[in-house]
This record gives sequence, structure tokens and C-alpha cells, in this order.
Amino acid sequence: MTIASFILLYGLSYGLVLCLIAVGLVVTMGLMRVVNLAHGAFAAIGGYLATGLMVQAAIPLPLAIVLAVVAVGLFSLVIERLVFVHLYTAPELDQMLLTIGLNFLAIGGLTLFFGPNVYPTKLPPYLAGSVDFGFRAFEIYRLAVIGVGLVVMATLIIVFEWTTVGARLRASVDNRSMAQAAGINVPRLFSLTFVVGSGLAALGGAIGAPMLPLEPSYPFKYLVLVLIIVALSGFGRIKDALGVSILIGITETAGRYFWPEASGFVIYVLLVAVIIWRRDGLFVRRASS
Amino acid sequence: MIRIAQSALLSRHRFHWPEALFWLAAVAVYFLFPQYLAIATTVLIVALFAVSYNLAIGFAGILTLGHGLFFGIGAYCAGWIALLGWTEAVSGALASGIIAALVAGALGPFLLRLTGLPLIMVTLGVSVIVYEAANKASWLTGGDDGLTGFTMSPLLGAFRWSVFGDTKYFYALGWLFVLFYAVKRIVASPFGVSLQGIRENALRMRLIGTSTLRHLVIAYSLSAGVAGVAGALSAQSNAFVGLGVLGLDMTIDGLVIVVLGGIGTLYGALIGAPVYMLVKHFAQQWNPFYWMFVVGALLIVVVRFGRGGLLGMAQAGLAWLIRR
Repeated sequence: MTIASFILLYGLSYGLVLCLIAVGLVVTMGLMRVVNLAHGAFAAIGGYLATGLMVQAAIPLPLAIVLAVVAVGLFSLVIERLVFVHLYTAPELDQMLLTIGLNFLAIGGLTLFFGPNVYPTKLPPYLAGSVDFGFRAFEIYRLAVIGVGLVVMATLIIVFEWTTVGARLRASVDNRSMAQAAGINVPRLFSLTFVVGSGLAALGGAIGAPMLPLEPSYPFKYLVLVLIIVALSGFGRIKDALGVSILIGITETAGRYFWPEASGFVIYVLLVAVIIWRRDGLFVRRASS
Repeated sequence: MIRIAQSALLSRHRFHWPEALFWLAAVAVYFLFPQYLAIATTVLIVALFAVSYNLAIGFAGILTLGHGLFFGIGAYCAGWIALLGWTEAVSGALASGIIAALVAGALGPFLLRLTGLPLIMVTLGVSVIVYEAANKASWLTGGDDGLTGFTMSPLLGAFRWSVFGDTKYFYALGWLFVLFYAVKRIVASPFGVSLQGIRENALRMRLIGTSTLRHLVIAYSLSAGVAGVAGALSAQSNAFVGLGVLGLDMTIDGLVIVVLGGIGTLYGALIGAPVYMLVKHFAQQWNPFYWMFVVGALLIVVVRFGRGGLLGMAQAGLAWLIRR
């Protein structure tokens, strides 16, 4: 019971952080089919900014996170207008190379400003303790992450499923040229999604900093995990992204708990096998061919 | 897509005189800069790796981000072959290349069904998995300490592996020469031309009756075999194999060289490798982290503005001068 709840809690919080980081990429890739390997950089910048603002400028953590998310969102708008607009019609190879280049620039920049080592994070006192539920004590931080993650993801799903913006998005993911013909401004929609997605990645990087340590190589280190979520979710499927992320979070936590010496790569072996098996996404119904 | 002039396609297998310049320059380096033979040998090995990467990504259009895997497999195989007592270098390198090619041949049928992002992701994932596994399996790989303590017997029974590194240098140069022309023949053969067809339009190639998967798997194993030999050369010439040969850095180095030299141009790898390795050498002495800016900026500038890499830029510049 305690072990199960431990794995559930840690896996859920871990999975939600992964989901926040990856969900923007799931939607933007669904919209424009751009191979973007630089998405993790936004998470890294968000994490560094939030932690830096909190530790060095003594801004309270929630405000620091909001500032970091807004800053990364604006920054990503600049990047999108400057770099990504040229990528939509470029071959996949160019997209891959250019976004790897962006990753390197981000790593260089982070090293320049924050140094080459792991950037220490510090939780404010009201998040540092743990709360006792009778059968087991839980870290407040993990609970807070779960709360924030669930609220943000629920909002996102509601917007995606129930509003006109969401309807436009879904239409554009399903058939971009048809959506455009029906009068939807897909490029602007894409800019909007890109900014929101980068902001969410920044949020994930910021609240996940104690779980995914901030270091300059962050954009490459978690690239595989983020890409696995994208590949397993299928194009533009937010709800699947949530399910896949939580599944990965819980599986990996369980793996680390029960089989620590093999963790780190057993999960990757499983996931790569799953991707080869179901290349359109884990929960996507296969076209009968 | 990558532009190829028709005349270039038809005359690609011929020997062009400017090519001789590279080999002459390589021999000249031996006489002019004997103190830099160690880094020059590394340049040749990396150039060979880039040739193999280019065969996969540039000619067959296989978007792989895990090619360093085969370099690493070749390196560890060569290390183990020497450790087990077979210290003849040429056959050791050949065997390592064959093993790398067999691994690629086994992985290929699964991986190469994918295209685009899933392929990038899975190749990257596989190389990360193997790196982690190699890190854990220290009985096989020596873990962080790597494989050491093997020496090669004199090359062809005559040339000792001296501390000056001249045997290593010409050994690497010889392999690069032979495999470069092998790859050149492959690319110009009907098989190579159909690979380029698959790169441009896989569906159309399938419709005219090409078994695309089989072509891609063969190309992937050939490319992996060449990468495996490159890895073996690195193991034999350094008498050391570390985890670094399996790392993402190796793949990125090869990729940047291919892009710099010009994707899908054979000579690109030969030109990109010296330029990249020299810039890397000096930039890293200056500050290892500004190096990241240099790589990032290089990638972005070449992809955005320099279609065809350094060679393409030089050709465009030349054409511009002639027009004036």
C-alpha cells in the first residue's frame, strides 16, 4: 500500500512535469509537422530563469515562475518569427539540423550565464516539508507539482476540446489546407500554439527543476524522453500526451524502485519497441490497410 | 531537396583531378607538420566516419541521429579483438567493420520502416540505450576506465607503431583512401542511384518496383560497416577505447562535418573534417563552452544560407566570379 502510493505519487508528479514540457511540442508538431529538437531548450531556460530569479533576485517562487514563463513565451515568439517560419517548407533534414544548432546555442548561452555545473535549486520553506496522510508522509512539493500539473492540463484540455480556438486547432491538425481554405489563419494559430507550448515547457522546467536537475546539457539530456512522448502521443493529441506521460512517469519510477541497477535504459528499450510497433501513436486507432 | 546536376550524376564515378589535391595535401601534412600527426590521424578517422554518415543520411536519406553507435561498436570490437590476442591491425579493423555492419543489418529491418521524426527519435533512442548499457556493463566495456592494455603487432609485419605516429597516420590514410573509393563506386552504381531515388521519393520508387526497405537496410549496413572500421582505427591508433566513442558527441561531430562539407556530396566529408576539427581544436583551447556557440552558429548558417556546405558555397562563389 505504502509502496504503491509512493510510486503513484512520484510517478504522477514526474509524468506531469514531462507532460507539461512535451505537450507544446505534441501540438506544434501536429500543426506544422516540423521536426523540432530544440523544444527542451525552452524548458531549460524556463527552469534556469525561475530558479535564478528566486535565488538571486529573491522573488517569491510563484511570481518567479510566472515571470519565467512569460519571458520564455515572448522569447519563443521571437525565435518562431526569426527561425521557424523558414522551416515550415524546409526538408526534415534541415529542420533537424537547424534545431540541433539552436540547442547548441542554448547550451552555450546557459553555460555562459549560469556556469557549467548543475545549477542548485532551493525550495521555499512552505514547500520543503512533508504532510502526513496517516499511512504515509508525502512531500508537499510533489503534491504541489501534481496540483499545478493537473490544473494546467485540465485547462488545456478544456480549451482544446470545448472552445472555438480549440476547434480551429483540431481542424488545422487534421487537415491544414482544408482548415486554411475555411478561413482559419493557420500560421497565426501556429505562432500562438508555439508561444503557449514554449511557455508550458518553461513551466515544466521550472516546477520540475528539483526532479530534472538544471544543467547546460539539459536540452539534449531530456530530448529522448520528450520525443518519446511526442511519438507515442501521435500528432496533436493532448489527452494522449497526458496519458502517455503519466504512464512513462509511473513506469520509470516503479523501475527505479524495484530494479534500480537496470533503470535508465530498460524503459527506453520498452519505449523504442513500442514506437516501432505503433508508429502513429500508442492510443491512435490504426487505419485498416 | 538536395540539388544534383545531371552531369554530376553521370560522371560521378570518374576520377576527377581536383580529388588528387586532397590526397597530396594529406601526404604533404606528413612532411610539413610532423608534430601534428596525432591530430591529423584523428582528422582522417573522423573524415572516414563522416563519409559513412554521409552515405546514410546524404545519399540514402536515412535520417539517423545514432550513427556514432556503429563507430563505438567498431571501436570496442577492435579493442576486444586485440585484447583476445589477435593483434594484426588490418584484419582486426575489417572484422570490426563487419560486426558493425551485421548489427546494422539486424536493426535495419525494424528501424528503417520509420521515417521522419520517429526514425530520428528511435535511432537517437537506440544509441542512448546502448550508451547506458555500455556504461553499466563494465565487464565488457571497462566502464569509465575504458579498454586499455592492448598493443598492435607491426603493420603488415614490417612497420612498427612508433611514438611518432607515422605508421598510424598512413594506416588511417590508407583505409580512408580505399573506403572512400569503395563508397564512391557504391554511390555511382545502379544501387546507389536507386538509393538517391528513394531519398527523393520513396513511394515512387516503390511503385516502379524497387524494394525500398531492402535497399535501405543494405545501405545502412554498408554505412555502418565503414563507420565500424573508423571506430576500429580510433581504437587501434589510440590503444584505448573509452565510452566517448558511443556518445552523442561523436554523432554530432560527424553530422556537423557532413553538413559543413555538403550533404550528399562525396568530397564534403573530406573537406569538412579538417576544417571542423581544426576549428574545434583551437576553439576548445580558447574556451570549451564558446565552442557550443561556434557549432550552433555553424549549423544554422550553413543550413540556412549555404546550401551544399563549404564546397557548395565555394562553387557558387566561383560561378559568381566567372559570371562577372
